[in-house]
Parts: sequence; structure tokens; C-alpha cells
Amino acid sequence: MTPREDGFEPGIDASPWDDEPSRRRFLKLMGASIALAGMSGCTRQPLEKIVPYVRAPEDLVPGKPLFFASSRVLGGTALGVLVESHMGRPTKIEGNPEHPSSLGSTDALAQASILDLYDPDRSQVVTQAGQIATWPALLGALSAALAEENASRGAGIRILTETITSPSLAARIRALLAKYPEARWHSWEPFARESAAAGARMAHGEPLNTVYRLDRADVILALDSDFLHAGAGSVRYARDFASRRRPGAEGRGMNRLYSIESAYTLTGAAADHRLAVRASEMDACALRLASELDVAAVRGRAGPSLGPERDRWMRALAGDLRRAGANGLVVAGDDAPAAVHALAHAINGALGAAGGTMYLTDPLEAGAADRAGSLGALLEDVDAGKVRLLVILGGNPVYSAPERLDFASRIAKVKVRVHLSLHADETSRLCHWHIPEAHWLESWGDARAHDGTISMIQPLIAPLYNGRSAHEVISAMLGEPARTTHDVVRAHWTGGAPAAKDGKPSAGAEEAWLRSVHDGFVAGSALPPREARLREALEIPVPQEPRDSGAIEVVFRPDPSTWDGRFANNAWLQELPRPFTKITWDGAALMAPATAAALGLEAGDVARIAHEGRSIEAPVWILPGQAQGSITVHRGQGRTLAGRVGNGVGFRVSPILPAGPGSHITGVEVTRTGARHEFAATQLHHDIAGGHARERGIVREGTLDDFRKSPESIADRGHAPPADLTLYPAWKNEGHAWGMSIDLGSCTGCNACMVACQAENNIPVVGKEEVARGREMHWIRVDTYFTGAPEADSVAHQPVPCMHCETAPCEVVCPVNATVHGPEGLNEMVYNRCVGTRYCSNNCPYKVRRFNFFRYADLETPSLRLLHNPDVTVRTRGVMEKCTYCVQRISAARIQAKKDGRRIRDGEVTTACEAACPSRAIVFGDLNDPASRVSRMKASPLDYGLLEELNTRPRTTYLARVRNPNPEIRGA
Amino acid sequence: MPQVFHPSTNTFSRVSILTLVVLLLAAAWIVGAVNRSPYVTHAGVVRVQPVPFSHKHHVGALGIDCRYCHVSVEDSASAGIPPTKTCMNCHSQIFADSPMLEPVRESFRTDRSIEWTRVHDLPDFTYFDHSIHVRKGVGCVTCHGRVDDMPLTWRESTLHMDWCLDCHRNPGPHLRPVSRVFDMTWEPPPDHAAHAEDLVRDRGIEKRTDCWTCHR
Repeated sequence: MTPREDGFEPGIDASPWDDEPSRRRFLKLMGASIALAGMSGCTRQPLEKIVPYVRAPEDLVPGKPLFFASSRVLGGTALGVLVESHMGRPTKIEGNPEHPSSLGSTDALAQASILDLYDPDRSQVVTQAGQIATWPALLGALSAALAEENASRGAGIRILTETITSPSLAARIRALLAKYPEARWHSWEPFARESAAAGARMAHGEPLNTVYRLDRADVILALDSDFLHAGAGSVRYARDFASRRRPGAEGRGMNRLYSIESAYTLTGAAADHRLAVRASEMDACALRLASELDVAAVRGRAGPSLGPERDRWMRALAGDLRRAGANGLVVAGDDAPAAVHALAHAINGALGAAGGTMYLTDPLEAGAADRAGSLGALLEDVDAGKVRLLVILGGNPVYSAPERLDFASRIAKVKVRVHLSLHADETSRLCHWHIPEAHWLESWGDARAHDGTISMIQPLIAPLYNGRSAHEVISAMLGEPARTTHDVVRAHWTGGAPAAKDGKPSAGAEEAWLRSVHDGFVAGSALPPREARLREALEIPVPQEPRDSGAIEVVFRPDPSTWDGRFANNAWLQELPRPFTKITWDGAALMAPATAAALGLEAGDVARIAHEGRSIEAPVWILPGQAQGSITVHRGQGRTLAGRVGNGVGFRVSPILPAGPGSHITGVEVTRTGARHEFAATQLHHDIAGGHARERGIVREGTLDDFRKSPESIADRGHAPPADLTLYPAWKNEGHAWGMSIDLGSCTGCNACMVACQAENNIPVVGKEEVARGREMHWIRVDTYFTGAPEADSVAHQPVPCMHCETAPCEVVCPVNATVHGPEGLNEMVYNRCVGTRYCSNNCPYKVRRFNFFRYADLETPSLRLLHNPDVTVRTRGVMEKCTYCVQRISAARIQAKKDGRRIRDGEVTTACEAACPSRAIVFGDLNDPASRVSRMKASPLDYGLLEELNTRPRTTYLARVRNPNPEIRGA
Repeated sequence: MPQVFHPSTNTFSRVSILTLVVLLLAAAWIVGAVNRSPYVTHAGVVRVQPVPFSHKHHVGALGIDCRYCHVSVEDSASAGIPPTKTCMNCHSQIFADSPMLEPVRESFRTDRSIEWTRVHDLPDFTYFDHSIHVRKGVGCVTCHGRVDDMPLTWRESTLHMDWCLDCHRNPGPHLRPVSRVFDMTWEPPPDHAAHAEDLVRDRGIEKRTDCWTCHR
């Protein structure tokens, strides 16, 4: 489908006339338009109803939001959050600043999960064989199936869960296993950190969990790791890491980050030095480093040479780590092979990092010892005919499991299959019973955060679609269907279970429980550091010879937006430009320019990737910085039963996923199919530099040495016009003068700000076709700039919201005064005045204004209406919109401050982007207050404005990025 | 060449042009008048409600404070419409059998809300906050009129933007002692106008007329 020249979709009649208008017809139409325009202004306001409570809940003040602590769980790990609730409906996720693990930051996926709650495509009813059934009917079927297993002590029962860190749920499953001793519990999670556990077992003999203390580390090596962006604890790691990236700040000085990885991750982009190495060479790389550092456990095994240049790089890295000693740290990535994890443990041990920059704890996972292996073991039992009742609690293994395991057809042998999930998905379709799952915002629960802190989950709203929790299903299997999730979780934490004394919780226990629910976590429940002895010698299967580097490898990674596919029906995430590629609504096979050239592929070609008789077809995207011969694909796309949003988006990779552990395959064959694919990528949208970002000083960077020599040289504000060079009278902001500072040195480009802004400001999604036309609506975007040679370049991320210029070019061109300057320096956009000329957006040098070409906002779907922030207008067709600096939050703070008879305090107003930012790169505040955080940031010699030479006097300015390269490495 | 038009057409065309101008002015006036009429503004129009609740009786005759029912007026943007429970606080004892109050009792019995018709309804792109106005000394009567004299409630003011701006540009004359905000009968003293600017200064009132004060 090619876009029409007029930019409208085929089928939409964009032109008001079919033939060339005659003068007569033109006058007729004009006359009619004027009459209609005049008439439409006379619409009477319709009558509305007020529906008050019958009995008002205590604490609820109409018009004021309440915040409740809860936790988002992904991959078993909890992220402590506060959920904003307006009159009983959750509308926004914020970080929980008191939570000891997250300290108040969130990620893009957590921000977007509020949309999952209201997803109209969620399953709404229990089904049996696809037909509507009831919960009691399911209970009957379940107890009948269980009764048959009584004689065999449950030998035919299998429970399949995702990774579970919930102590209460694990206790209940243990109780079930105690009742049916022959039953088995398996787990399946596409990104389960199994190799991390295996690596710890190799190094320490136990599957220990590693917690990093990045604020203490001077030299950090990320080995195929994206610790700043994905996986357990990433928001905390981003914060701790960024706390050591501010030159001139008090404390221990800047850290230095090295990254060795096969494909660009946000961690690699933040690194001072990055080495692109194929995933299949990662273990050899780690071994090489270990031998450079003379690690005892692998003494005598040097590992193959990586080539003279890389060997030099590795020696420089080893020297730096050795100098850092106990303040050095090696972080192995969740998807890296077990051997890499084991070597990372050995190197950290040799550096003396344990107890300083990292520590070990017991595994986060609950009941790991009670589980009987993973999916493979389950399927062997199925083949042997041992499984008669399979209860799948969450997850979507039919979609996400490697196709080589043939999960879909093998489970057909199981007599009764039950699946609990948010959507009636691919797995539900192959199960006899499907139970709609309660979203985490609808349910009680608990889980462990990255440091083991037990985090509480409390419901914000009654289940919208009669969803059930895993607890309820387990209770039903235990013959206690009347026990609610709340009963079970509360009993667990008040001592009612597992060891009930007199059946009643003591007053102290009750108080502690309420405190935990209120705070969102159990105080002091982080897992204590464990002493662990490294093995004398590591048994690592690392080849001594270099592997065939001519072979092409495929690396499987979580999709930055849909993760393992579970968020595929989330339109905010699908439309979120993926880091680096800026692709929306799609997946791609990423490869380096040289790899593509060698394979005869161009961007947009559809390639067939074949491995051991299986193949997938994937469109090619060329991304500098990929390792040679390494292709990265993302799991989590190509869903067929995700819902109306996610169906058919991107391609599925499970046909070529390895059946065993490991996240890459080698020796694939890549051929051109001849087909072409259109991407909707935003990289070239809203271009403000005409391809000359560095020359025009859009992104300014320097090294720590430059900063020490001459701090001003990096921001280089020589072109900034003098303050008196303007025809406009200066604005007098007598009260507050709002401004924002964005630290490019801290920003990791994680997109959390974009989704937070979308949730806060009722920003609609527009779909792939509209994105392709450049009509995406995000008020803040993250621009990505590549520089240097295609194979060894550097990447900078730059969040761009409205600059709120003091001499705003948009204001002077609006014919109807719909965009005007406010008394506190805000560039105000007035929707009810806007007539949609779009002059303002044409005149905006920063390209931050967004136009509603159609009525993108969904006002019809009942569940989505609940999602809207009541403090922000929902815009309609023909209206311009843009970042408001979250003026609704400024207003609320101003009114509160005035009522208290004081000024607004620094930090009292946080914009949505600022609140979400894990690395604290965005700071908002009052420029009239010299002590405010934003004033102090703007006083830095690194401060500069975008396109300052235009004399727009932006209120949003940036801190130039300062890197800390190792002088021993060339090209730094 | 003979004249095409007779000289009398001069008069004819002058009259036509004048008539056109008059007609256009009249049309503009009519549009304006309709826009300001209660037909469009709903001002002064009594609403039919499921229960014929009388502010005149409850406020005027019984002297119940505004805040007994509109509890959040000092704390929140919304003044709050009382839950059925508030009605039943008294009406489980007084007029407990009145047929007029059956919808209230039914609501309490069945746990279904009473659906009132909105009297004061701002456009959805306009954000008004009761609490700050009350705190700064704008009386209820200033906007809502003498509700203690309304057997059924109507909208006293047009809620037009120029009506808001009249006060936002010059708040002084509309202010009263903060202790008398909820007083229906307070009358400004004769020298009120002279002290108006002092009140504005003393209470730290900003004359906010920028768009984002109310629209966002």
C-alpha cells in the first residue's frame, strides 16, 4: 500500500471536490462554509448529570487524586510504584520514592501498564473450548480433574508458572504440592535470567543473585549487559550510574563505563568505550579479560586472541580495572551465556568487588528448589503420558516458547488444560479452559524487588472484567475457592500462614501488615549479602581457538517495547520509537552496514533467515555499531492473538529460537526474498538540524580532560546572541519563571519520559500509517544522533520537549492568538482558540508542535475513557498541541502554596517526564529562585540552548555531555 | 451612448446598501443577544431535579452552612455534591415518610446514586478551582447568587468568559472578609470600594488573566 500524494489513506476522500472547482462552485462552497461555521458556534451546551456517592468513602475528596503504593512485576521482579487514582480510577503510575529498590523512578513499560489495565481487548469471561462458561463451571471441572488424581497423589498434575518471587504465592503452591506430593511445578519465562543463575552455580556452587552498587564503582564493564535499561533493578542502576556522571559534582568523581556487546544497547551508548563483539565470542572475550587480570580460577587459560587492536583494547581495560581494584565492577548481561556470568563472578572476586561494588544474595526466585525444571522437562512428562491436568498460570508459552520444542502440538496429549491470562491469547486457544486474569492494578499480591525487598501489590480498582489471580486458582485447587487473594496474602504476612499459631494475627502483625501495604514494601526485607566462596578453578567450556568468524549469528533480545510479547497490545508501547532505530509498530533484523553489504541486503529488504531447516522472514534495518556478522532480532512481535492493536505487528522469531539455553544461534543462512517492507521510523521526523547536528551544536560533547582544562569549551556558547539583542521587550516574570534543564550526560535514552508524558497528558496514538507521515503526537521525543565511522561510532540521545522560548517564533505567527506567552514564562497553547492554521508548527525551529490531523483521541471506547487524566483537556481534530511543562501540576501546586500562604517550593512541581526519569536527567523548577536545582544546573558551564543563534531564548536548556575516556585507548 | 440606469437607481442603490448594513448589524446583534440569552447560557433557568431540593428551605430557613453538604469546597477544585448519606443524616428522622423524599430513601436502600441535573457546568476545557476562590474571600453568593432564596436552584450567572474576566481583572470589589464567605446576607460596607485594592494586596491576589490559568 503506497501512500497517496496528498498524504491521506486510500479510501479517505481528502479533497472536497472531485473536479477542478469553478468560480461559481467555489463561491457556493465558501458561502456554505461561512454559514456553517457561524452556526456551529451557536451550539447549546448539553445538560449533564451529577452522580454523587450514596455513601462517600472516607479520605476521598472529589477533584483530588489519591496515591496508593503498589508494585509492577515483570520477569518476577517488582518495581515499587505509586498509582494516582481519580475518584476510584487509576490514571497514572509514578515511582515510589520511599521504595528502597527503585527510589522513585519508573521505566517506560511500567508507565504504559496503566493502558494495559483498560485494554478493551482483555479477555472478559471464563471460556471452555472457546465458548463462554462460568467460574463455578470451571471450579467443577477442576475439582473433578483433581479428584481423579487423588489416588495417584497428584502424579498427573503440573503447574506451569512464570518466574515467581512472591513469597505468598510460592507458599500456596508449596501447600498444593504438599497435598499432591507427586504433582510438579514448572516455570517458563522467555527472559528468565537462567544463564545468570547457571553462571553463579558454576562460580559459587549456588544460583545466587547479584546486586550491583554502581554508585560505588569507578570502573564498570558491561559484558553484553543492558543494566541501564532492561532487567531487574535497571531503574536503580541507571540512577546510581548517573549519580557518578556529573563532572564537577561533589563526591567520588566520574566513573568510567566500558561495554562489550554485539548490538547497541542503551548501556553501550552510555559507555565511554564500546567494543562491538559477536555474542558467540563473548565468552572468549571474558576469558581473555580474566587472563589479562590473572584471575586464579582460570589461570593458564588465555583464551583466543581477538585480533591485535581488540587485544590492545582489552589490555587497556584490564589495566583500568586493576587500578580500580575493589572499586571496579564487571556486570554480565541477563542474556549472556552462563560462562560469561561465571567469569564475571571470578573477575569481580579477583578485583575484590564483593561487598563493595556488588554483593551476592540468595536467589530472588521463590521456591526454586521446589520446581522441577523448565519447559523441556514438562514436555518430556507430557510425551510420556504422565500429565493429565496442566494449569498454566500466566505467560504465553505457545507463542513465546521456541518452536523447536513444539509446545503447541505436544500439550495436546494433556487431558485437561487450564490457562490464566490477561488476554485470550495463543496459549488460551489451545487450552480447554481460559480464565481472565486480574491485572496487577486489580489484585493483591507481593513480589521481590531486585535487592530482595518484598514489595506489596494492592488493587486500585475492582477487576474490570471479573479477572482472577493466580492465588484464586491455587486456592480453588486446594479446595478453598472462597478464599480471596486478599485473605491469602494478608494471612501470609500477618503470620496466619504458613505457621498459624492461634489462627488470629497479633495486633503487632496486623499493624505491620497495614504499614507494608501503605508503604508498598516490607521495611528492611532486602535480602542480606551472602558470603560465598569462589571455586578454585572454573570448568568453563570456552574454546582455545577463535571461532569461525565468517559465520552469521542471530542474537535474540527482548523487544524494547513489547518485552516478550506480553505488551504487544499496548498501543503506547507499539508507537514508542524503539531506541536507536526509532522504528514504531514493527520489528526488524538489525545488522551492521558491512554485514548487510556482504549479504547483498539493503534497508527495507525482506530477508529469509534460515537455521537448521527452519526459517523466518524479517525486514532488514541497518544499524551502525552492530558487531560484524551479527544480526539482532527482537522477540515479542508477530503475535496473532494479541488483540486489535498487536495482531500482525512485526514478525515472529520463535521458529529459529534455540531449544536449549542461550540467546543466540550461529551459522544461519541469510537470503534476500526480493520483497520490500515499509517501516514507520521517526528518526528523520522533526529534524531540527538538517543533518548537521554536530556542526550546528545540537549535541555538545567533550571529555573529562577538556572539562578540567576549560569547562566552558564544551558547551561553547560563543554563538549565543547577547542578552540585549532583541526587538521584543523582555518578559518580567515577577512570580515564578519556569524552566527546565536536561543533562545529556545522564540521559540514557530509555523513553520513560515519553510514555510518562503520554499518560499524563492524554496524548493519543495515531497508528503506523500516520506515523509514517510524520504525524506522531508525542510531546517529548528522544532524538538520537550517530557520529563517527559506521562501525565504531558514538551515539547521543537528546530528549526534546517544547523549549518555551522567551521570544517564541510560534507566538508571533498565530493569526488567532491561540499561542501566547504566560506571566511565568510558559508558552501557552489555547486549544479552544486554535483554528488549525499550523503556522506555529511551521515556524517552530524545534519541531515540537503536534497537530491533530484527525480526531485521534478515542472518546467512544468506555474503558479507555476511564484512562484519561481529568486535569488535562482531551484534544479534538484540527487543534495544535504541545508540551505544557505539565501546567496542570503547576496550577495544583500554585493553588496549594497560595492556600498555605507560601511560595511554591523547589521540587514541589515535577513534570511527568522528570518524575519518571530513572537517571534524573530532567530537572524542572523556578529560575527566579537561585537556589533551585534547575537554577544550579543552568549555572553550570556545561549549560547550552538548542539553536541559540536564532535568539529564541529557550527556557529548556541542556547540559553538554562529558565523557570519561581512557587515554590509553586510541580514538577516544 | 445612452445612460444604462435611470437617475433614480442612485437612491435605490443607496437604500439597498444602507439596508444591507442595517440587516448585518441586526443579525450580529441578534446572534449576540441569543448568545447572552438564558436560552444559551441557561442562566436563570430552573432545572427539574429528581428530588425538588430547596436551598431556600435548607439554607434560608434552617440556616445550614454550605459546607455541611459541599464538604470539599475549601480543599478541592470541586465543591462536592453530597452523597445520599448526607441527606439521610437528617431525613432518616425528619420527613422520614415524605413521598417527596422517596428517591433519596430508594437510593440509600438500593445503593444507587441519585442522578442530579447539573446546574453549573463549565465547558470541559475550562478548569475552575473552588478552594482558592473561597480562601481568597470570594463569597458563594458572588457567583451562585442568593441560593438561600432559591426554592429550586438555577444558574445565577452566565459563566461566560467575560464574566470570569471581569472579576479576574479587577477582583477587589468582589472580595469580602474571609470569615463571611459562606454568609448569604453579607453586604459590602459603604467604604468597601475604597479598600478594595488593599484587600487584593494584603491577600496576595494575583490578577491572573493568562489563558493557562483556566484553560489547559
